[in-house]
Formats: sequence, structure tokens, C-alpha cells
Amino acid sequence: MAYSNKVIDHYENPRNVGSLPKDDVNVGTGLVGAPECGDVMKLQVKVNPQTGIIDDAKFKTFGCGSAIASSSLATEWLKGKTVDEALAIKNTDIVNELSLPPVKIHCSVLAEDAIKAAISDYKKKQTADGKKAETVAQPTA
Amino acid sequence: MEREAFRRANENTMAIKLPIYMDYHATTPVDPRVLEAMMPYFTTEFGNAASRNHPFGWTAEEAVEKARKQLAELIGANAKEIVFTSGATESDNLAIKGVAEMYREKGNHIITAVTEHKAVIDTCKRLEKEGYRVTYLAVQKDGRISLDDLRAAIGDKTILITIMMANNEIGVIQPIAEIGAIAKQKGILFHTDAVQAAGKIPFNVNDLKVDLASLSAHKMYGPKGVGALYVRRRNPRVLLAPIIDGGGHERGMRSGTLNVPGIVGFGKAAELCRQEMATESERLRNLRDYLNDKLHKQLDEIYINGSIDHRLPHNLNISFAYVEGESLLMGINDVAVSSGSACTSASLEPSYVLKALGAGDDLAHSSIRFGLGRWTTKEEVDYVADKLTSVVSRLRDMSPLYELAKEGVDLSTMQWQTEGH
Repeated sequence: MAYSNKVIDHYENPRNVGSLPKDDVNVGTGLVGAPECGDVMKLQVKVNPQTGIIDDAKFKTFGCGSAIASSSLATEWLKGKTVDEALAIKNTDIVNELSLPPVKIHCSVLAEDAIKAAISDYKKKQTADGKKAETVAQPTA
Repeated sequence: MEREAFRRANENTMAIKLPIYMDYHATTPVDPRVLEAMMPYFTTEFGNAASRNHPFGWTAEEAVEKARKQLAELIGANAKEIVFTSGATESDNLAIKGVAEMYREKGNHIITAVTEHKAVIDTCKRLEKEGYRVTYLAVQKDGRISLDDLRAAIGDKTILITIMMANNEIGVIQPIAEIGAIAKQKGILFHTDAVQAAGKIPFNVNDLKVDLASLSAHKMYGPKGVGALYVRRRNPRVLLAPIIDGGGHERGMRSGTLNVPGIVGFGKAAELCRQEMATESERLRNLRDYLNDKLHKQLDEIYINGSIDHRLPHNLNISFAYVEGESLLMGINDVAVSSGSACTSASLEPSYVLKALGAGDDLAHSSIRFGLGRWTTKEEVDYVADKLTSVVSRLRDMSPLYELAKEGVDLSTMQWQTEGH
């Protein structure tokens, strides 16, 4: 398998490897894939509550070089984006940027799934938290 | 003593040549002594071994017959029992299809195992389409078949048992002598794909009661494109329907002009293996054990796939938990090894051999096969072990599975989102 230089670069120097506190209300966590399929991605975003902008993103990936590169690239792109802008990232953008061959397209799909799962987790936490805030707020209103 | 110390000191300072080849199960380089033996048969001694009426043909035929004898000697056979082919895939096809067709009136049942090479499995699958019945024996956790399963699978219509001597991925050696005895007792023909074993460990067709055996030159330091099938001539005399028709070469079992230089090389390679097997296998076993010990000392949660006791001396197959095989290969790109990971296979499926051991697909994805060989050095083994250790550690630091496992999560009971992957 001949990889593009960009994939090799992300594999050798992955950006934003690590974990964010998953219980933080401003952190969204996506865990997608399965060990028996040969790839699992964990992608996390941390949203600034004042600005609504993702100011940190981290990943950990079990998978081939393309899977590592796809998730590493995704974290790079996520930083500085709003939640809605993040949801607009398409797997095809990743395919193009990394010049992934057809057999590796599923890696980019997994990265897109991971982004969506992380944002969805963040939104769920916000609604849950918002509801809590509302019920607390009501009596004084 | 002094000289030994000097040699060792010298070895340590010797620069390692990269990339390192540690994939000797895939293929082996041609031994220079083999190449030397072959050379004249490309140019000056170019005759067709089937030309009966001139010296060019006679010289070629003589060379082929010498090789036949060399090969027969390696496996304890008679030279007349060796049929040259284009390689072991053809030998497997000829043995299985040849027996199936020839003994069709006697029965239509064949027994094999799930961990066989595709050349055997796919041949059996084709025969199933033609009305034959095939039993694919499961293997135990150590990669060996159960003899009780084998006995239970045998029926009135069983005409052939085909079980490999040693597996190409995990190097596990099957109980061939026991299988041979059972087959003999039941009057069933026994074929073994001995490609990985012949020339590496003792393999004697009479001791093991083998009726048919597939062999390949390029797995034993001979050239690619030449193989052989051992076909027993006495007790019993095995008959085969040919799959290639033509000029009636190889006593009608395999028509086609003989690959004289290839066959000469095969013979020489077999002779060298026979002469050097004892010392070579001892040396490689020590190196393999050293590699295994070193990896186990340096890394936790690594698992040997298949039996360590019933195993080729030059094989090691290890799963590095929480790390995917292809990304591992990418990190050791100056070392040539193989992985059972789906991403490294043409079919995009993880190794069916490893899956058959029942260890779980995730461990198949994490596996590396090491094949040591004639030119593997201790320095190379050290380099490979150290490099692997650093890459595995780095990849585990970025593995969500490793993180979860360290948090105490049981990965096998987790709900994974597998849809669409």
C-alpha cells in the first residue's frame, strides 16, 4: 500500500493525540468503529461556552495509517470551527486532502462519523444541562 | 575461545543492511549455490528434456533426473514418485482434483481443515460445486486438528484426506504421522501440503505414511515457478487424473515442457536443505526463541498465535493487543514481515487462519508473522524487536482500546457501533 506523503506525515506526527475530560459539560466524545473491524476512533471536542467555538480537539485511534491520518486531520480542522461548521465537514473532504485510495474511503467515513458522534454527545450534554438550568431558573422567574 | 569472542565483537559492529527481510514464509531468495547450478541450463545446456534423439535433450533429461533424485532423497521417496509442476498451487490442485476424478466411483467425500492454504480450500470448494462433499475440520486453540474429529468425519465415501504439514501463517505442525496412520488404516489416500515444512524439518513420506505431498522450490531457497508433487507408487499405487493434457510428460500426470533450469535449482536447493537442515533449524530456533523472549520482556499483552511446541523453528506469529497490524507495519517500514490484518490482505478480511483459532478478530487485526531464514542474523532480530517495541508503545499511546483497557473496561462486553464497517 503506497501512502500519500500527507498520510505518512499524519501517521508519523499525529496532531492532537490525547484525551479531554469526558465528563466536562463542554466536551463532546465520539467513539466509533469496532475492534473486530480493525478500526476504532475516539474523537473529542471542547467547545468554548462563551463563543460556541471548538477550541480544542483530541483523538485516539486504533486502526491503519489512513484511519490515524483521517482522525488526526479531523482534529486539526475542528479547532476554531463552530459546532455547525464542524458538522459540515464531509468524508470526501478528508479523502481529497489525504489522497486516500478507494479501499481506504471507509477510514474517512469513520472520521466523519466520529465528528458527528462527538458533536451529538456535546449537544446532548448541553440540552440536559440547559433543562437542569431551566428547572432551577423557573422559581425565581 | 578467543576467536569466538572476536567473531562476536565483529558481528556487533557490523552495520545492518536495511530493509530487513523477515518474511521467509512468503518466499526465500535463491541461494547463490542454487543459482550457480542453474546457470548453464539457461544458455549452453538449453535442451528440451523430452528430446530423445540428440545430446541437447539427453543433457537436459539427465539434469532433470538428478534433480528428481535430490528431491526424492529429501523426503525419503523414490525418484520415480516425483512429478514436477509449476508450483505448489498446481501440485495441490493436481493432487486433490486428480484423486477426486480418478476415485469418483469409490466415493465423493474429502476431508480437509479450515486453516489450509487457499490452494487447497478453493480447490475443495470447486469440487463441492461438482458434487463432491467436503468436510472442513475446525482446529483447536493451538491450531491443530483433533484426531477424534478426523475419525468422526471419515465415512464410507471418503476418498481423500488433505491436511497440511505446517501452516504458512502460524507455522503450526499438524499431527501428520497420526493422520497418516488413520488414513492408512481406513484405506483412504492422504495428501499433505508440505510446502512450509519440507527442507526445514524432517519430512519422510514413508515414516509419515503420506501418499501425496506438495512441494515448492521458492520456499526452500530455490527459484519461483517450480514445484513438485510426490505421488506414491507402491503400497498403494496412487493414480491421478491429469488436469493438464498434452505431450504426456511426467508419466502423463503433468504435460508441458519441463522447466529445466528451475528443476535443476529445485534439486540443488533440496540437497542443500537436506545437508544443512539440522544446523540451520537449530540456529533459527534459537534466533526465533530469542526474538520471542525479547518481545515478551519488552512488551506486555502480546500473544503467540498457535502452538509454540508444534511449530516450525523459524516461525513466530504474535498479536500485539490494542494495535492494528497495518499501522504497525507502517511504523516498521524498513522490516519486511506480514500481518493478518484485514487492511493488509487483498480480500480486506482479517486472516481466516487466525480467526479459526478463536482468539477474536481484534487479535487477528493485531498480528504480525515473522519468518526467519538462512540469512537472518541476531543483529537483525535485535533491530526488529527494538523497533517493534518502540512502535507498539507509540501506537498504544494513541489507541483508544489501550486507554479503555487501562481504565479497566472489558472490551469484549462493550457495545460497538459496527454498522456499515
